[in-house]
Amino acid sequence: MNQPDLRVTIGALVFKNPVLTASGTFGYAKEFAPYVNLHHLGGVVVKGISLEPRRGNPPPRIVETAGGMLNAIGLENVGVDRFIAEKMDYLRGIGTRVIVNILGDSLEEYQTLAQRLSEVEGISALEVNISCPNVKKGGVAFGTDPAMAEAVTRAVCAHTALPVIVKLSPNVTDITAIAKAVEAGGAQAVSLINTLLGMAIDIRSRRPRLANIVGGLSGPAIKPIALRMVWQVAQAVKIPVIGIGGITTTEDALEFLLAGATAIEVGTANFVNPRASEEIVEGLGRYVTENRLNGISEVIGGLVLD
Amino acid sequence: MNQFEEQAEIIRQEKLTPEIFRLTVKAPEIASHALPGQFVMVRTAPCYDPLLRRPLSIHQTIGNQQVQLLYKVVGKGTRMLAAMRPGHTLNLTGPLGNGFAFKNRPAICLIGGGMGIAPLYFLAREILRVTTPPKCVVLLGGRTAAELGPLPRDFKDIGMTEIHSATDDGSLGHHGFVAELLPKHLDSGHDWTVCACGPHPMMKAVVGQCRQQGWQCQVSLETMMACGISACLGCAIPRADLSGPYLHVCKDGPVFNAEEVAWL
Repeated sequence: MNQPDLRVTIGALVFKNPVLTASGTFGYAKEFAPYVNLHHLGGVVVKGISLEPRRGNPPPRIVETAGGMLNAIGLENVGVDRFIAEKMDYLRGIGTRVIVNILGDSLEEYQTLAQRLSEVEGISALEVNISCPNVKKGGVAFGTDPAMAEAVTRAVCAHTALPVIVKLSPNVTDITAIAKAVEAGGAQAVSLINTLLGMAIDIRSRRPRLANIVGGLSGPAIKPIALRMVWQVAQAVKIPVIGIGGITTTEDALEFLLAGATAIEVGTANFVNPRASEEIVEGLGRYVTENRLNGISEVIGGLVLD
Repeated sequence: MNQFEEQAEIIRQEKLTPEIFRLTVKAPEIASHALPGQFVMVRTAPCYDPLLRRPLSIHQTIGNQQVQLLYKVVGKGTRMLAAMRPGHTLNLTGPLGNGFAFKNRPAICLIGGGMGIAPLYFLAREILRVTTPPKCVVLLGGRTAAELGPLPRDFKDIGMTEIHSATDDGSLGHHGFVAELLPKHLDSGHDWTVCACGPHPMMKAVVGQCRQQGWQCQVSLETMMACGISACLGCAIPRADLSGPYLHVCKDGPVFNAEEVAWL
């Protein structure tokens, strides 16, 4: 029997299947090599990289919540120089597409990162985290203001030949407005959602459970919200949408594809089941075969509305 | 990397006290690669509430086939774990992290408080199997004699000769903190290596005494942790000088040289 066709296309990039791993949940891929056949994945989005190394937030940084977790890691990372020197060699050999997530606190930082990474062999695309505060604009997150979101997208696109995916924050009133703005700014795709801002309190000490007080909620608990936003954005823009948010099983992934996502990213589920991403690839293959589809692309946007 | 995910069959679930359980599972890959001080991430339920795996240190391995865990029921995850019975399976990843350094030491002291005793039993067995230090002292602390349960005897049965206990209520051994036993039973004539695991205040007291006496001290630390494989970066702890990048308990530990980390 023929292998099911799981290929999807984002801009000029063909992925062997629509299953990627979400930034910050898969390390630099090597951490998962004992558990996952990395070359079976559609791609890997590595931990967010800034220009300089970042120390991250003080502990406690994570707390478990009903069906999810809050994190306030604070974007701890080794910085772009060490990333290129220490992580890229391994990533070039994993047999799947490598997408580098970038973050900054000024337009200049995003630009410089885009430029530096464009010179590096083995990177398929950049994913731009715009949920960070813009230090020069009073700390308002790039991703919460359409004009700033468009500006940062334009700045990155002007400094790289790589396809640019912009990762959207759900902590906004109208996510479609931000999606349209980054599309206008030149993004080849959008990925969503990043974590939802949340909080937890220890009633005995009466203190917040996270040292940062607030943190990002992820995991199965956020899936319905993510799905709703993916569906809305998929109708609002012409560029491909990558769905993220609580995806844990093949069924979850299919829901996002039906809602209009061209690909998906598996996040928090990697912590719980390190094989989750590969199992979803296998599950999508079975779905295509069992439903006698020509390929998984037939599912994309296939939501039926009466 | 010698890490494995195993669907482990439960062999035995022993209730040592109303709250403390000893669980034996069949996990040959983990059992044959584990070192004392390493841990496993246990998926306590096949569903998503509780969502995260629980880090548990390895209490002992049996014949390269079985892994034994000692745990206390403290919340929903461990309560679900305690309800599991022989024949059920449990998903484990491991062995994870770095273990204790115990070879070629002239004198070793194992000091544990509460569930912190769990990894020290594995360590004691390996010490006796691999090397025979001229001196080895085991100090065990708990709230009550009942909480310590069979543990003092377990250490005796494998051939440890110098075992002393301390309990908060005086129901067994010294009436007080286990750290108070250190000056009593560790003579200053030896070059001691102290391996400690337990609640933070106990460890802090142990580290303070070791520093005073110039003894080498290794501590096994516990934090919140989502993945156990240095992907989530949730298990950060500050370095001794409070500067530079954070250490991560899952990858840099869980066993640290006490002088590497900050004692706040």
